[in-house]
Amino acid sequence: MTIAFTNARLVLPDGVVPGTLLVRDGAIVAVGSAETISDLPADATTVDCGGKLLAPGIVDCGVFRVDREACRRGGIVRVALMPDQSPVLDDPGIVQRAALVGKPDLWIHPLAAATRALAGKELAEMAFCQAAGARAVAIGRRWIADAQVMARVLSYAHDLGLVVITHAEDGGLVAGTVATAGETATRLGLAAAPAIAEALAVARDLLLAEETGARVHIRQVTTATALDLIRAAKRRGVAVTCGITPAHLHLSDNAMSDFRTFAHLSPPLRDESDRRACLAGIADGTIDVIASGHDPHGPEEKRLPFADAAAGMAGAETLLPLSLMLVRDGHVTLDRLFALLAANPARVLGLDSGTLTRGSPADLLLFDDRVPWQIDGESFASAGNTPFDGLPVQGRALRVWKGGREL
Amino acid sequence: MIAGGAVFPHRHLTGIEGLQPHEIAFLLDEAERWVEANRTHAKGDARLAGLTQINAFFENSTRTLLSFEIAGKRLGADVVNMHAAQSSVKKGETLIDTAQTLNAMRADILVIRHMSSGAVKLIADKVDCPVLNAGDGRHEHPTQALLDALTIRRRRGSIAGQRVVICGDLLHSRVARSNILSLTALAAEVRVCAPTTLMPPAIDRMFVTPFTDFDAALEGADVVMMLRLQNERMDGGYVPSPREFRLRYGLTPERLKRAKPDALVMHPGPMNRGIEIDSLVADGPQSAITEQVAMGVAVRMACLDVLTRRDRGVEGWA
Repeated sequence: MTIAFTNARLVLPDGVVPGTLLVRDGAIVAVGSAETISDLPADATTVDCGGKLLAPGIVDCGVFRVDREACRRGGIVRVALMPDQSPVLDDPGIVQRAALVGKPDLWIHPLAAATRALAGKELAEMAFCQAAGARAVAIGRRWIADAQVMARVLSYAHDLGLVVITHAEDGGLVAGTVATAGETATRLGLAAAPAIAEALAVARDLLLAEETGARVHIRQVTTATALDLIRAAKRRGVAVTCGITPAHLHLSDNAMSDFRTFAHLSPPLRDESDRRACLAGIADGTIDVIASGHDPHGPEEKRLPFADAAAGMAGAETLLPLSLMLVRDGHVTLDRLFALLAANPARVLGLDSGTLTRGSPADLLLFDDRVPWQIDGESFASAGNTPFDGLPVQGRALRVWKGGREL
Repeated sequence: MIAGGAVFPHRHLTGIEGLQPHEIAFLLDEAERWVEANRTHAKGDARLAGLTQINAFFENSTRTLLSFEIAGKRLGADVVNMHAAQSSVKKGETLIDTAQTLNAMRADILVIRHMSSGAVKLIADKVDCPVLNAGDGRHEHPTQALLDALTIRRRRGSIAGQRVVICGDLLHSRVARSNILSLTALAAEVRVCAPTTLMPPAIDRMFVTPFTDFDAALEGADVVMMLRLQNERMDGGYVPSPREFRLRYGLTPERLKRAKPDALVMHPGPMNRGIEIDSLVADGPQSAITEQVAMGVAVRMACLDVLTRRDRGVEGWA
């Protein structure tokens, strides 16, 4: 079966061009201007894109919950599922099951736990989990305190060609805290840790990565100091990439005022100077990936005193419009934004996806980058725990295809 | 002169934060009348007769609970105490459900203490009656700040321009936060003093001057306010030992000499005698510690009265 996407503005790796995209048997077979693709097969189904943008489907590198409907609405076709599940993804059977639960609407790439039960003590069966479908290993939303264990995790994963996805918060400094040390936390009386808890963790893991030669992806980097360390490490040739979620690009710690538990995140929101440093890290390419960190929580986990509420936000449905704000504000171009949302995360996970190139699976997102709407947590597919509730935004997914099949 | 409800437009008292200086002064003025009334034998007043006051304490307290209970009873309210130890909270009921239960029982005013910062505001957003914060986590304890301000105003004549030193475990102290807010709003010069391990980050952003050297902080002080240091924080976690804490931050008679000769000594209680404060100081002529307790009842009577005026239809407030 052949599908011709005509009259589209194609978001290609090196720019946005008007043209046509041809899909056969679930894969992209031709991309180009309308003139270069003149021989449309007679049996081709035509999708008139009406001059809207056709981009690679979003590859979301790090979600905590499988939420098919939220992903479809958000233009997300692939997710890397964090191992912090119940039960933990530390066993080949559990990994294999996790890889299957999204079908047929969503590609789920499970991230296997690096250590058993994510306890940070003994190595998990990474090779078995890899055979069961794990694309990478992760330490979960926590910290491996013992540097010897971390060194072994990195070395062993490196042998298997697996990237290690880390969470950067020094466990000692952040123990018992829910916020970044600063005026807001002090006024609210919230237990807080200094922002360097992140850089401290990043510094150790970068040195261990350099020593072992392992590939490391730091899922969220949110402070100027940590970004500087990563910038320098990349210059030295350390195999490191890093990501961020829109919350840390658009909000600072004063969003916690009035004890808004929807702004209780992990890592916590930072001060304004760190937020600006993150925007600079997006612009200069230090940050490779923007992910949703999708972690829906209902009122029973959020309608609690701030420190008792679960950390995390529902992010899948707002990832695209909140990322498009970066284009509107001139931090990145549209083609570069899709490197952050699709091509780079696909590369981190070793997937042949994420770009509109011949031979790639036809994971496609048709979207309108102009349509205005207002974020409304109440209307979310699962829970509406977003700190952006009520925010007017622009840009929305119109149609989504996974492997040439429309969702 | 502003009349009636226009002078205090707040439904709840969840903190000093958000109060204007004149609103704080108004509550202090209201408390003054109860100070005198409480000293007579005829302490009774019936303005809250028929109203139900529920003291919901999710964290243990003796003095504050007692103070609120006496305050309510002196105004004629039906006072009911709910202790967390006896409540369904222990059975896993959420705070919101507890709040809705209390609400359904038609309390006319709720007095709440909770161990989590922000918990009282969470309840205040869910109930139909006025809510009074009796301490939430390390966030705020507004009636303590008001009684401290009243004590200072009565003993020193004014709050503006007074040099107040707050010393001790500021990091975990809701008393310190509320006092900083009220005293700076009323134009006192506030110094805070603690080892850095017990000092909240960025505390200077609250318009106070931080000190780690207690002797230096005490120079020329008009008021010395000591905070309680919990026992479990003195065994190496935040400070090495009680005696080392006393060495650097204990208010001894010798140390007190660095303050003004007539400086006022305060402590919110309960005291660790011989640790943060010596008995000679606590029981000495400069101590206002028992007076603070008396002011506490007066301030709480004023708050209960003012917060219920709208619902009672008091003229100018309805």
